[in-house]
Amino acid sequence: MDGLAHQLIAGIATGGIYASVALALVVIYQATHHINFAQGAMATFSTYIAYMLIQAEVPYWAAFFATVALSFIIGVLIERILLRPMHNAPVLTHVGIFIGLLLAISDLCGWLFDYTVKSFPTPFDAGGPMLGGLISGHELGSTAVTLSMLILIYLFFRHTSLGLAMRAAAYNPVSSRLVGIRVGWMLAVGWGLAAAIGAVAGMMIAPVVFLEPNMMLGILLYAFAGALLGGIDNPGGAVLGGFAVGIIENLGGAYLVGTELKLTLALIIIIGVLLIRPNGLFGRVLVSRV
Amino acid sequence: MSASKGLPVAAARGAEQVAGHSWAPLVILVLLLLALAPAFLVEGYRLFQLTLAVIYALAILGLNIVTGYNGQISLGHGAFYAVGAYTAAILMAHFEVPYWATLPVAALVCAALGYGIGFPALRLGSLYLALTTFSLAVAVPQILKYKAFEDWTGGVQGLFIFKPDPPFGLPLSNDQWMYIFTVLVAATLFILSWNLLRSRIGRALLAIRDQPVAAEAMGMNLAQLKTRTFAVSAMITGIAGALSAIAVEFVSPDSFSVILSITLFVGMVVGGVASILGTVFGGLFVVFVPNLAEDISKAAPGVIYGIILIAFLFLLPTGFAGFLRRLVVPLLRRRRSAQAMSSNGR
Amino acid sequence: MLNRRSFLAASAATLAAPRILHAADTPGVTATEIKIGNIMPYSGPASAYGAIGKLQQVFFRVANEQGGIAGRKINYITYDDGYSPPKTVEQARRLIEQDRVAYLFNTLGTPTNSAILRYVNQRKVPHVFLATGADKWGDYKEHPWTIGWQPSYRTEAQIYTKYMLEQKPDAKLALLYQNDDFGKDYVLGVRDILGDRFDQMVKTASYEVTDATIDSQVVSLQATGADVLLVGATPKFAAQTIRKVYDIGWRPMFFMTNVSISVGAVMQPAGPEKGVGVITSAYQKDATDPTWKDDPGMTEWRNFMNKHMPDADQTVGEYVYGYGVSKTLMQVLRQCGNDFSRENFMKQVTNLRNVEIPTLLPGIRVNTSPTNYHPIRQMQLQRWTGSTWERFGNVIEGAQI
Repeated sequence: MDGLAHQLIAGIATGGIYASVALALVVIYQATHHINFAQGAMATFSTYIAYMLIQAEVPYWAAFFATVALSFIIGVLIERILLRPMHNAPVLTHVGIFIGLLLAISDLCGWLFDYTVKSFPTPFDAGGPMLGGLISGHELGSTAVTLSMLILIYLFFRHTSLGLAMRAAAYNPVSSRLVGIRVGWMLAVGWGLAAAIGAVAGMMIAPVVFLEPNMMLGILLYAFAGALLGGIDNPGGAVLGGFAVGIIENLGGAYLVGTELKLTLALIIIIGVLLIRPNGLFGRVLVSRV
Repeated sequence: MSASKGLPVAAARGAEQVAGHSWAPLVILVLLLLALAPAFLVEGYRLFQLTLAVIYALAILGLNIVTGYNGQISLGHGAFYAVGAYTAAILMAHFEVPYWATLPVAALVCAALGYGIGFPALRLGSLYLALTTFSLAVAVPQILKYKAFEDWTGGVQGLFIFKPDPPFGLPLSNDQWMYIFTVLVAATLFILSWNLLRSRIGRALLAIRDQPVAAEAMGMNLAQLKTRTFAVSAMITGIAGALSAIAVEFVSPDSFSVILSITLFVGMVVGGVASILGTVFGGLFVVFVPNLAEDISKAAPGVIYGIILIAFLFLLPTGFAGFLRRLVVPLLRRRRSAQAMSSNGR
Repeated sequence: MLNRRSFLAASAATLAAPRILHAADTPGVTATEIKIGNIMPYSGPASAYGAIGKLQQVFFRVANEQGGIAGRKINYITYDDGYSPPKTVEQARRLIEQDRVAYLFNTLGTPTNSAILRYVNQRKVPHVFLATGADKWGDYKEHPWTIGWQPSYRTEAQIYTKYMLEQKPDAKLALLYQNDDFGKDYVLGVRDILGDRFDQMVKTASYEVTDATIDSQVVSLQATGADVLLVGATPKFAAQTIRKVYDIGWRPMFFMTNVSISVGAVMQPAGPEKGVGVITSAYQKDATDPTWKDDPGMTEWRNFMNKHMPDADQTVGEYVYGYGVSKTLMQVLRQCGNDFSRENFMKQVTNLRNVEIPTLLPGIRVNTSPTNYHPIRQMQLQRWTGSTWERFGNVIEGAQI
């Protein structure tokens, strides 16, 4: 089955895209216990920053790291300016603010950079298409970037005191404050980190799908699906979930239900998995204490 | 936590006090007359906008029952709205069912669908439920376009229907009649919901939202209540969808994109979570504020709308209803304590 | 579907309600002003097309500075519908009932225009030069007040299919389309020509606008062994398709919808060398094509852009489109003389004879008549050489079948 192998590889390549965004979602969840609907729009905005830098003839990797740093700062600022004053507001109000951000940022991108599709350079193009064009050097490179990001995040959250403090601050703010953790700043750093990861994801995705203001709209959804499938509190699970969604979507679309229902199929599979494992495949089961 | 959640409960009780008085029917009648007045005061286009606002308010009410009162975050209520709209449109276009008769059918279909979705949904944690319903909202247009249903749904082209003429030869325009009909349907559902939410069931819903473990310990059947709530919520939003199909005279998959679900959610948050009056404000907000945003900047209306939304929530984090409560509840409390004193004195 | 009895009843009711309008007393037309309404997506995911409205605001302002039409200024009012049909209805009613515009012009989108189709025809408001290529706007019997402008997608698909049959009578066609009214028109056009042979000759795959990539669809279509590929996709997905088809080493005869042939927005992002041999049909000139460097028509357009919209990105195809369609409207208004009643306006809209528009390809002219509601029905095939579109063959008159 040559075709099956091809679909599988195409699915893994697309899955890599979902995985990187799912990872950003999980990090912000770990650090803030929020799901940020504006994550995709923020990542797109960051990618435009990189695009401008590269247009100004800044070398790729310099632009890359400058964008990551800038995105970190933007993330921190958004938390400080928009969310900090609201930290006592109901959860639903937070979701409302995320929606406001989503609408404002994605239309802002269009306003500033117009809506034309733009090509975005890749640093991994040396090899050209491989495996009969099914996978490109870029897709391998960006998968490597996603995986190394995952390892860094794992090390950060597990083995640094800052990472530990951030997790504590999100999990139990009151006790954290008692042991001297500056909870407010931990949340801000969490936002910054998520924005930085989103920026990396954006810059890795843009060469594949092309840069335009709504680049992340569809991807974000599949990333949600990946994060749900893997477990919203498990970065490794989310990455695996992202890849799984990519593969399921492609194989299902090609062989099971036709492309017209592939989104619906993905939805059904997520619901099915969640019914059996309500916290995702690799999520921790939360035991609530009275 | 307890402060933010305690407020709506207290205010809901405050509102109950008002409605509990014997002059409640009078208040309702006056409100209803006020709601109907625009039919004779404003012209066609404004009336159409108001009709849409009332329809959105009704859809937001449905969402509010499950999300506001019961704490199950749904980002996919556009799906029920779409199903309601398509039910009405298919019945009218293919079977020549009169418009009014489509509403009960849409209600039944959506209630059944809500029950079916609510059943697995209640097993999911709140976040998982939010994201799953969000995916549902994104998948809706794809399902509506699916070729197996094309003969019924009109596929990507959608379906045309006709706005009803006023009954009994009333000297009203179609717009006027559509508005009056919508207000009457909405008012009925608002009053029914009000009664429901004031009753034992309403209190049970709030209890489940705020103290699920304690509620279960008190012998409430969480699963059953949550599922039924989902069904009622879907039913109300579905009726709103059916009304929208009749008012707009057209349905197509593009009318029910994920933006619709987001719009309903925004309407609920700005109106005020767990507030019936707030939903009316929410309906007005989602119809009129985008136009306002556009008047401010044609270059990027979406940016302005997003900023207005954020600024609004900054100023009124508990929505319009929360703002009203802050104004009204102290007054009520003062009155109540005055009453208490006078009765003590007697 | 449309039940005749209820149609009549409904029209009678709506006609009774509004004030009776006299020809001499057309809403929106005064001694000094003509009000024209427009609806575009300025917010939401379809905002890319908002560029058309932005150009038109400037276009009519400049036209007014140059004296307007018959001593009148054009008051161009444009609103945002976010590409949502219910919102389009609201905005159309706002334009017609509150702002009292004389005509609706170049409203954008197929589902959005469908939603207001019956309303404007009941009210007898001209609804002209719609910014959509659906075929149904040409139906002058059902809705005489509505007319399109650009060649229909369906006609375009017919032209490709005919050309394919000429070149490869035994072709196996792979059809990749966006799963909406735009994409489905390509399926219809191919079916028009192939008829019974459709099922045996054609393999289809669709994608949703929410998809991240079309890689899977392209791989599937290649696996069917097809040797011809027709793509009805918007620019982002078109660019992805061109690149993927090339990368997997597939070399079919490749037709691309003319919605997605902008050099700047499709061919450059996809990689100019990857699209060599792609065939499309065009009716207007591409701003980024060096062929038109000294072309008088495009020089006129470029001067306009440089002078009045200096910050705008000239590779955006919407600006060329918006300019051409506005020029067509100006011609109609000039033909109106001093009678801007809705009846006379519509009479002139359907009385365009060989009108030359500077942004249209040489030899392509605008023609309408009371029984021809397809203003532009000519196209010319062209092939991508790696740096430019090279036209070949004659100007083809829309397929009559």
